[in-house]
Amino acid sequence: MKILVVDDEKDMQMLFEQRFRKEIRANIITFAFAFSGEEALEYLNQHEHEHEAVLILSDINMPGMSGLQLLERIKQKLPKPPPVVMMITAYGDKENYEMAKSLGADDFLNKPIDFTLLKQKLNLSDNG
Amino acid sequence: MNAIDYSQLTIWGGTTYGVMLFLSRFLEIENRSPALYRFMKSAWFVAVLFLASCQVLGIDSITEHFLEVLLLVVLYILNKTKDYPNARKLNIALLPYIIFTVLFAFLAWLVPKFMNRNDNAIDSINSFLICWMIGFVIYAQKYDKKEKEHRKKEEAERQLLENKKNELEYQVAQRTAELTKQKDELEHALAELKLTQNLLIQSEKLASLGELTAGIAHEIQNPLNFVNNFAELSVELIEELKAEGLKGDGKRDEELELMDDIIQNLEKINHHGKRASSIVKGMLEHSRTSTGDLQLTDINALADEYLRLSYHGLRAKDKGDATTRFNADFVTNFDANLPQIKCVSQDIGRVLLNLYNNGFYEVYQKSKLNLPNYNPMLEVSTMAKGKHILIKVKDNANGIPNEIAQKIFQPFFTTKPTGQGTGLGLSLSFDIIKAHGGDIKVESQPGVGTEFIITLPQNNL
Repeated sequence: MKILVVDDEKDMQMLFEQRFRKEIRANIITFAFAFSGEEALEYLNQHEHEHEAVLILSDINMPGMSGLQLLERIKQKLPKPPPVVMMITAYGDKENYEMAKSLGADDFLNKPIDFTLLKQKLNLSDNG
Repeated sequence: MNAIDYSQLTIWGGTTYGVMLFLSRFLEIENRSPALYRFMKSAWFVAVLFLASCQVLGIDSITEHFLEVLLLVVLYILNKTKDYPNARKLNIALLPYIIFTVLFAFLAWLVPKFMNRNDNAIDSINSFLICWMIGFVIYAQKYDKKEKEHRKKEEAERQLLENKKNELEYQVAQRTAELTKQKDELEHALAELKLTQNLLIQSEKLASLGELTAGIAHEIQNPLNFVNNFAELSVELIEELKAEGLKGDGKRDEELELMDDIIQNLEKINHHGKRASSIVKGMLEHSRTSTGDLQLTDINALADEYLRLSYHGLRAKDKGDATTRFNADFVTNFDANLPQIKCVSQDIGRVLLNLYNNGFYEVYQKSKLNLPNYNPMLEVSTMAKGKHILIKVKDNANGIPNEIAQKIFQPFFTTKPTGQGTGLGLSLSFDIIKAHGGDIKVESQPGVGTEFIITLPQNNL
């Protein structure tokens, strides 16, 4: 499985790489990181012809293109079937949740990210 | 003991009475000098008594020259009354006669022979002087009559003026009362306005606190995310390390790698924990009513912190749909050698927040027009210049027309639709910067953008 993580926080890369170190080591998951919506689109355009399923995890609040705009672009412009997009929202931010859902977000995560929950969602049983 | 000459007493008593009456009337002595008037009224009586006693005692030199005595008394009265309105004319009429009569009497006593020889000449002088006196008195009386009529007319006019004056004074008093009433009403209204202004300032503070809180809520999630996750991870890693140690198969490299990760994680936890606490501190500083503690402040850090708070606050607040939602880019261009300055940092922060919010609002409004190649952008830069530091906040929105630019620092002036701005943001900012001994200016090019330039002294206050 390939996961593109989009977040303007650079430490997110280190966090994901450690959290998924076993999965990465076992080659179950590969990660790519983008630190803005624009960077994410660029990455997706470059890897347009890869047939791998891509899961995109995106923050909503980012300078420049927001997570919601990115979501809209991905769901409308990319070749079908569009990749699965999971949005990371602030806790209790109902408006953004509704907005992302109407734009076609497939799933949601709250910040601070609960990685146990994320692994469950990815069907990776966390055996320690 | 000599006999009393009653005819002499009657003549001189009458003459004295007549002269005094004439003088007192002509000079209006009754009103002007009551004491002198009382003396003149009783003068005839004194004269009679005086003459009678002189006759009884046989002092003929006085009884024969009573005219001169009377004239001396008149001279005395004329001297006393020389400042009265008719005195001048009277003096001209009487003085020559009085002086010459008294002089001749004196000369008659001193050189009787000479006087006797020139009797005729003296008589003609005397006659002339009497004619002079009478003529002038008649003229003076006529003139006086005219004068009195004139004065009567003047008096009437004066009365008229007086009436008009009173009328005017009444009107003035009325107007004054009206004005006083209006003044009281205005003062009342002003007091009410001041109260309202205070309430508005309060609500402006609350509003900016609300904007901040939204920004802070988002901002604080990020460091917390790292703190929680890196802490959990470290526990995981240590457990892994423990397991490796128990196995004892001596994979030193793997163990060292795990330890490095743990150290790194703990550093991250520390870093993001501090970040969160500084955000909380910023929030507390903002909510505190700024009584103004001067603190040595890193303006770059402050400008950056509030830029992020503004940005995320607006992002969190705007609930439009995804395509029209608030979005903008920002760049910072901070002078790394900017000296720290003493200021009330939460106040300066409030000013920056206002400028950022306005800038973001304007570029966002422009971006809604979907112009080709338009990239909404806010640029914040700092620099040291002489004994001052400059903070520039520049946007690329539509700019401000000249006539509006002059008003933007006035209280309650706003271009935002009703309910979206109190119009106090920039006016508060202006006050804050002025209180710091600095200056805030706006430079704008219609269609190109607006730049706010804050100047703050390096060693102020």
